[in-house]
This record gives sequence, C-alpha cells and structure tokens, in this order.
Amino acid sequence: MATMQVGLGHYLVVSAILLVLGIFGIFLNRKNVIVILMSVELILLAVNLNFVAFSAALGDLAGQVMAMFVLTVAAAEAAIGLAIVLIYFRNRGSIQVEDVNLMKG
Amino acid sequence: MIATIAFYVFALILLASAGMVVSARNPVHSVLFLILAFFNAAALFLIAGAEFLAMILIIVYVGAVAVLFLFVVMMLDVNFAELKSGVQRYLPVGIAVGAVLLIELLMVLGGWTFAPQAGTLKLSATPANVSNTAALGRLIYTDYVFLFQAAGLILLVAMIGAIVLTLRSAKPSLHQSIRRQTQRTVAETLELVDVAIGAGVKASGIYRPKAPEPEPETEHAGHHPAGGH
Repeated sequence: MATMQVGLGHYLVVSAILLVLGIFGIFLNRKNVIVILMSVELILLAVNLNFVAFSAALGDLAGQVMAMFVLTVAAAEAAIGLAIVLIYFRNRGSIQVEDVNLMKG
Repeated sequence: MIATIAFYVFALILLASAGMVVSARNPVHSVLFLILAFFNAAALFLIAGAEFLAMILIIVYVGAVAVLFLFVVMMLDVNFAELKSGVQRYLPVGIAVGAVLLIELLMVLGGWTFAPQAGTLKLSATPANVSNTAALGRLIYTDYVFLFQAAGLILLVAMIGAIVLTLRSAKPSLHQSIRRQTQRTVAETLELVDVAIGAGVKASGIYRPKAPEPEPETEHAGHHPAGGH
C-alpha cells in the first residue's frame, strides 16, 4: 500500500462533512434552484475527494480516472441544469422551485 | 509535517467556504465561495498527489463551471431575498437530516478497515518514477479509452442540449435567398410611370418603394428607389 503524507481517514472525514454540507444546502435552499445546483456540485466534489484519496492510499490510478469521469459528468450536468433554469426563467419570470409544477397534471 | 499543516488549513477553508455556499444570502457570494471551495479542493488533490486532477479542477471548474454559474446568477433578474424566505421553515429538517447522515458516515468511518487482499486487487497500479499526468495519460488512452470516448460524447450531448435549449430563433432572420435574387424580373422591381410635369411623385402614389411580397423567405436586394432609373 502506497504511503500517503496525510492519512486516508482525514480525507474521508473532510469529504463526509462536505457531502453533508451539500445535502444540507439542498434542504436549506429549497426555493433557489441555482443554489441547489451548487450544492450538487459540492456533493460531487466530495465524491471526487473520496476517489482521489482512495486512489492515493491504494496506489491505484483507476480511482483518478473515475474522478475525471465524474468531473465530466458534473460539468455537463451544470451546463444542462443552468440552461433549463435559463429557459424556465424566460418563460415564467421566476425560478422558484415551488412554481415548477407544469407537468404535475 | 508541513503537508499535514497545509492539509488542515486547506480542509478548514474548504469546509468553511462550503458552509458559506449553502448559507450565503446573496447567490453571487455563494458562487464566489464555491470558487474558493474548488481552489481548496484542488489543493487537497495536490497533497494527495493527484496533480492532473487538481489542475483540471481549477481550469474546468473555476474557469468554466463556476463562471457559468456567475453568469447565470447575474443574468437572471430574480428577487433573491424572497427566495431566501423559507429558510426558517426548512432549517430544522435540514439540520436533522444532515446530522443523521453525518453520524452514520462517521460510524462507518469508525468501524472500517481495508480488506486483507485489497493491496492485490489493484485495477491499474500507479507506476513508479512516472509523473501523475503522464501515468494518467498512459491509462486513459489505453485501458480506459472507451470511458474517455464516452466522456467526450457526454460533453458533446451536453453542449448540443444547452444550445438547443437556449437558442432563440431570431425573428427577422437575415438570410440571403440566392434563388429569389437571381429569379427577380424587371417587372416586379421596376415600374415605369408617366408623371405629368409639375405633378410630383407623391401625388401618383409611387413615393415609397414597392413593398416586398409577403413571402416566408424575405429578400433584401434592391428595394431602394434607384436614383438613376
């Protein structure tokens, strides 16, 4: 097992707290969809931190490849999400999540 | 030792700025704290030895995604104070869920060990004496080439999707219709009128140029009353 300068446990604690902060943000900003998207970015960042920490601890580069894939998907998700927010605001003049009930039937 | 101190400093700033992202009143401040969080996460990646991912995080996330967020926040003319109004209502449930999740995660962390055969199960071991970027490059263009292609495809789909979603078809589309231009005849453009001496063109009703035919494809060539005719 490759040696790390900082223990794996430290990384895991940091990323666990980061994940909890992201989920907390989703609950806290129930109305503001932009901050919800930012919270999702934080959650994905926590996932990446876990991937990188395990990759360094085990000496296995596959984790970093996966982290790169997660980064790609997160960037695509942010772009699409913000585009949807933009056209929604253009159509309705509001980005309140509670107003998004057009497809409720 | 220095790495440990640096780790604690960066981790502390990362968590503090992540807390500010979710609790800031102004979304612009949220985005700026998100950028700070990404910077500190990149530093943590560096400490773990993932140099390439750290640079990718700064270039792609700080350079593109966070600035995209900033653009959207500043572009939307939203009353953000109103969006913040429900915080008091959502705070208890948020804290409850977060606390439960954190306790569970810490319990997992407390009673967790590597499997004894974990060291032998490496998918692609880190090569010695090769820089992180070179090693990753050797890996993604060989073993993980399909994953790499799939990532490119995902980005392509996202790009097309974002363009399709936000493209506004411009109403007066200024397309040049070459077919229309070359098929114009003199009769539909030019009108010869006998104007009595002293009557003036206004009285004959030809003061304005002929209106273009209401055709779906508009044509723009030669509507001006040509002076020499």
